[in-house]
Amino acid sequence: MDLRYTASELTFRDELRVWLGSTLPKLPAPPPADDWPARRRFDAHWQRLLFDSGYAGVDWPIDGGGRGSSPIEQLIFKEECERAGAPYVGVNFVGLLHAGPTVIAEGTVAQKERYLAPILRGDDVWCQGFSEPDAGSDLASLRTRAVRDGDHYIVSGSKIWTSHAEVADHCELLVRTGDDGHRGITWLIMPMDADGIEIRPLRTIAGSTEFAELFLDEVRIPVENRVGDENDGWRVTMVTLSFERGTAFVGELLESMRLLGALHQVADGLGLMDDLGLQRRIGHLTAAFDALWALTKRNVSEAAQSGIPGIGGSVFKLSFSEHAQALGDLAMEILDRAALSGDPLCGPDGTALGNEAHLHAWFKSISLTIAAGTSQVQRNIVAERILGLPKVR
Amino acid sequence: MDFRITDDQKELADGIRTVVAGRLSLEHLRMNEGAEAAISAKDWSVLGQTGVFSLTLPEPEGTGLGMADAVVVFEELGRALIPGPLVGTFLAASAGLVDGSAEGAVQVGVHSSGSDQILVAHLSSLQALLVLSGYHRTTTARILTPAPSLEGATRIAAPLCPLTPLWHLPSLPAGDPIADVGSRLVRDGSLLTAALQVGHAAETLDLAVAYAKQRQQFGQPIGSFQAVKHICADMLVRAEVARSAVHAAACLADEPDVVASEAAGGGRSAEQVMARAVMGAKVLADEAALANARAAIQVYGGMGFTWDVPLHLHLKRARVLATTFGTVGQLSAALSALT
Repeated sequence: MDLRYTASELTFRDELRVWLGSTLPKLPAPPPADDWPARRRFDAHWQRLLFDSGYAGVDWPIDGGGRGSSPIEQLIFKEECERAGAPYVGVNFVGLLHAGPTVIAEGTVAQKERYLAPILRGDDVWCQGFSEPDAGSDLASLRTRAVRDGDHYIVSGSKIWTSHAEVADHCELLVRTGDDGHRGITWLIMPMDADGIEIRPLRTIAGSTEFAELFLDEVRIPVENRVGDENDGWRVTMVTLSFERGTAFVGELLESMRLLGALHQVADGLGLMDDLGLQRRIGHLTAAFDALWALTKRNVSEAAQSGIPGIGGSVFKLSFSEHAQALGDLAMEILDRAALSGDPLCGPDGTALGNEAHLHAWFKSISLTIAAGTSQVQRNIVAERILGLPKVR
Repeated sequence: MDFRITDDQKELADGIRTVVAGRLSLEHLRMNEGAEAAISAKDWSVLGQTGVFSLTLPEPEGTGLGMADAVVVFEELGRALIPGPLVGTFLAASAGLVDGSAEGAVQVGVHSSGSDQILVAHLSSLQALLVLSGYHRTTTARILTPAPSLEGATRIAAPLCPLTPLWHLPSLPAGDPIADVGSRLVRDGSLLTAALQVGHAAETLDLAVAYAKQRQQFGQPIGSFQAVKHICADMLVRAEVARSAVHAAACLADEPDVVASEAAGGGRSAEQVMARAVMGAKVLADEAALANARAAIQVYGGMGFTWDVPLHLHLKRARVLATTFGTVGQLSAALSALT
């Protein structure tokens, strides 16, 4: 049990620091929120810079075109990028974190040649068509239907929570080709320029428009776009989860720690820190985020040794999402009336309050106990798969 | 970096479990409930012979291990509800302050409460008493040798924990300052107390899960109901998060170079990095121990409210430990200065 980086891990970190230090100042200013075409250009540029310097796909295996870094190096990569203020994974998070790894694990040689390199270079953007209005936590009940017609599938139905659909080139799509349940599902690559796709933006409580609904009306998808066998799509989807190395939400955790530090300074500037209750809440969140950082290191260490994703991810997400919400609520209380403004405001001493960032984080925190497995589903997973409590539905 | 528990550490924990199962079973320990001496001199020496107090002493006196190993051992001692001044005796042995402490031939207490009430545990069995602060305030570390006299001390007739006898003292003698290792004793004492608390959190989780699998109501195990499952899942989350914090702080105690590098990166002193890690660990471990004991009692239902079922012993011990080396409130308030 140790926290000491090895010499090669330190070399990786130091080289990355140098590269980030010389590269980030040259980045253009980020585009305005919700200008998704501009966002795509910005993110694609960043991805190209990563690619040209050998940092694209640090979490992808070498035979998939990635860097094949160890889980510890992946953790270092995320930590250093966050601390240096590098852009987030961006509009192609589905391609980089999910669809790409799926094609690597389950795609044909032709599919790998066609789809992988453009993701790493920043040329192609992917979106995800998994959830449906009637298939959320119970994803396997999805009903979007694909009917075989010669060398095509004809797909009709609707999808929801499809991030960045309006700027995507491809969609990883789960469809029903067989009977009800897990065994009648197939994994397809849908070209987003095909006829019959209607994209309807979905506005979140934060006012943002990254989500969309997809309405599919007899969309023709070539059979060669199928990944894995027909009716084997559920297994294909699960295989992808084995790419998870315990580093999910690392960026969000480090951002929460940074926001907490900033909030503490704001509270200090507002003369609020004599309040013992406030001291305790800030101190408690400090303890919790530090502990979650330690838990991340343990989960990543386990993944590094066993190669199997630790179930610790559920434990992490349950705790982190609740503490992120507590941070958001605390920020709203400290900012008081300033929290009613999405426009940047300054305190009496003229320093920026960061209210717009805290407001954004507060909204985002509300989604954390819902997205990527609700906390209720996560508790069932923890109880049944870790603690071995009986599964009764 | 490899932050997993090592095979050697697992063996260490298994070794403690074997000793506990053979010679320090809960059934055996509970014979002393309400007694003036919570653990016999013979049983105390079993702990000494097992090496519990000399883990971090260099060989041949000790095992030459680090705090990362010691917290693994103390988690097991917490799980097993071992009574007696475990932390004080370890600290006295680790700093060579009291002869016989490493071997378990003597008991050394620690008084680290910031409260005005001077309630000393195990007083009639103590050869010496360490007086330490928590991380939330700075005072000079002291050692009282011999331990304060029983004359003038009033034994508490109804102590909260039946295996933690208490004496009320009007005041403490001045004793001798231990300046050179004082801050290390505060660090290690806080860490080992937190490790005991993780043990309570982990044991009550295991007890609750085992009961939820076996107890039938409405024709099925109560563990099949989501309402019960979610209580147990939350218990696991609390225990794992607290354990991660304790292990990280213990590693930092063993790895001053990592502390120095974190301090340099975060614009803080090495002492601040260490204090933040240890205080955070103690806060989360206290909370996990108390909340999990409560949750386990809830899962057990009415049986959890009985004296026979040992859950109340975990709850009460956790409460005792939560008043040492700084409370959750004191430590979390102090932590805000290091955010």
